[in-house]
Amino acid sequence: MGLETRVYQKENNLRFGKLLRASLTDMVSSRFLATQLAVRDIKAQYRQSYFGILWAFITPLTTAFVWIFLNSTGTIRLTDTGVPYPVYAFSGTLLWSIIKEAINTPISSTNAAKSILTKINFPKEALVVSGIFKLLFNSAIKVLLLVVFIFVFGVGFHWSLLLLPFALLAAVFFGITIGLFLTPIGMLYKDVGRLISFGLGFVMYVTPVVYAIPKEGIMRSIMLWNPFTPVIVTARDLALGQPLQFLPYYIGLLLACVPLLFVGLVFYRVSIPIIVERMSA
Amino acid sequence: MKNNEHNIQSDREVLVKVENLSKKFCKDLKTSLWYGVKDLVSGVRGNKHERELRPKEFWAVKDVSFELRRGECLGLIGHNGAGKSTLLKILNGLINPDAGKVTIKGRVGALIELGAGFNPILTGRENIYNNGAVLGFSRQEITQKLDDIIAFAELEDFIDMPVQHYSSGMKVRLGFAVAAQMEPDVLIIDEVLAVGDLGFVLKCFKQIDTILPNTAIVFVSHSMPMVSRICNQMILMEHGKPKFQGTNVAKGIDLYYTRFANNESNVVFDDGSLEFLSHNCDLEQGQVLRGQDIGISLCFAIKKGALKVVPTVYMEIKDKDLRPVAGVQSGQESIEVKDAKYLKYYFTIKNSMFTLGAYGIDISVKDAESNSPILRVNNFIKFSAVGDKSMWVPFELQTDVAVELK
Repeated sequence: MGLETRVYQKENNLRFGKLLRASLTDMVSSRFLATQLAVRDIKAQYRQSYFGILWAFITPLTTAFVWIFLNSTGTIRLTDTGVPYPVYAFSGTLLWSIIKEAINTPISSTNAAKSILTKINFPKEALVVSGIFKLLFNSAIKVLLLVVFIFVFGVGFHWSLLLLPFALLAAVFFGITIGLFLTPIGMLYKDVGRLISFGLGFVMYVTPVVYAIPKEGIMRSIMLWNPFTPVIVTARDLALGQPLQFLPYYIGLLLACVPLLFVGLVFYRVSIPIIVERMSA
Repeated sequence: MKNNEHNIQSDREVLVKVENLSKKFCKDLKTSLWYGVKDLVSGVRGNKHERELRPKEFWAVKDVSFELRRGECLGLIGHNGAGKSTLLKILNGLINPDAGKVTIKGRVGALIELGAGFNPILTGRENIYNNGAVLGFSRQEITQKLDDIIAFAELEDFIDMPVQHYSSGMKVRLGFAVAAQMEPDVLIIDEVLAVGDLGFVLKCFKQIDTILPNTAIVFVSHSMPMVSRICNQMILMEHGKPKFQGTNVAKGIDLYYTRFANNESNVVFDDGSLEFLSHNCDLEQGQVLRGQDIGISLCFAIKKGALKVVPTVYMEIKDKDLRPVAGVQSGQESIEVKDAKYLKYYFTIKNSMFTLGAYGIDISVKDAESNSPILRVNNFIKFSAVGDKSMWVPFELQTDVAVELK
């Protein structure tokens, strides 16, 4: 019987393909651990809370209500969105919250596992995957609310609505890719986490989250370049049955994210021992 | 039979091979984080350079090498901060070494933290799955072993209670019960078993004994009786370097104890009627061999008129955990002091049979009639028992044995 042999030494075995394969293998083999961790956190989160799942809606709902209020009172004047404004605003804030969470997921789930990271050797990829599971669970609930909005405000059913889950997966995928790159540094310095939430607050205003892309001006060019735009707009267009304005950019962006995600995974794998060393030091 | 077994063991393959392992650490947090960023960058490019100490760094582990075969147990001892845990982390693959190489064959199990992955809100039963998953079990395996785990932890009545209401001992029990289901080829044990109650600690050791023949164990402990019981080779670490290494476990333990042998003695009670002048112990360098007699003399000055009869002296011998293991008492008959100015006692402890380790002697002087204390001095003589053979019990009894064959 051949025993599995592990070698630990200072030279990192830095063949990209080998590392990537190891990372993906671990991800598959640790799916039970990932599910178990996700189930644990979800259960624990709702067992100690009275309103439970409601909290998942509150942030996107309140942001949407603020904008709906501003718009309906005429405090601000927004370009016509082509659909009932409440649905537009809510779908925007909801998608935005999903992307934001996706970016934060790798860093927060790694951080939460600090105590076991420094003591037990297990496939670290499971942390990222369990974070994705939790995120998908929370997002699924939010999307149900969005569907209710769509029907209540008379947008009605479009076949493209069935593609919405894929668009959500794409949004998660996009966010996780960004998050993976930020995680190693973010584990070392708390500043990174703060910068992310601070920065994203700004980015939201140059993304068509609560208002449409203006017809002209500098804002229009920024929004057209902004990689968050196609992710949000396409998902919303699918949900509301609008023509897809950003399809080429969207597909190109997602294709570009595939290799980037792989690089991110390898970076994550290489950096974990270095981070563990600093955490326990 | 015994010989045969030995041969099989020495033929067994090497499971753990450590060659010139070194690891550095940084003393300052801010610098450490900044080095972390630098290491991230150089790590991505594959850092193959010789690593030297940067400012504020030190070698937490330096030049450690050993080999461990199946059925062997390596004891890793040393004072706090000697680098034991760092070494374990490298062996466990949590951090990468800065120099040297570790080769490990087979499934590695680590008893470094029990109950990892527990969530306090969830019940014991749910947490068995969480902990099991972190340790690398599959769902089926856990479901299969669930009853064994609960029975081993002796928590049948509390298994559906949230873990946050468990006592720390109960948590450790549940954690160990899950971990005990591992069938590792290499087992790494850090000082985790100290929390449970006695019955449970014994149970843990029974479990370790059963897996020992098929496993290579690295055992970190401050409990020398445990080390001498299960280890057949050892490394004594000091400032990251192996100070002693070899199969002579008893010698390593002696060295470990001599480091702590210079504790101060202190007077804890004194009613003023006696003054402790001097004492003498006839041991050379404070070391006693098995079966050797120990001669101790005590000398006191008597304060005038303070005493009527000669007080009794009680000496208590304590091991390094401050557990009393033996006692000695002077005679009870009353001798009148009259005008004597000095009082001397001569003790001879015959045929001492202490197990290896460090000991201290406390003395208490009491009034022979009223039994009220006069003087108490703690730890006024230190000695250590040395030799080749270590016993599991702290003290042996001198025995005559007759064997008869018919």
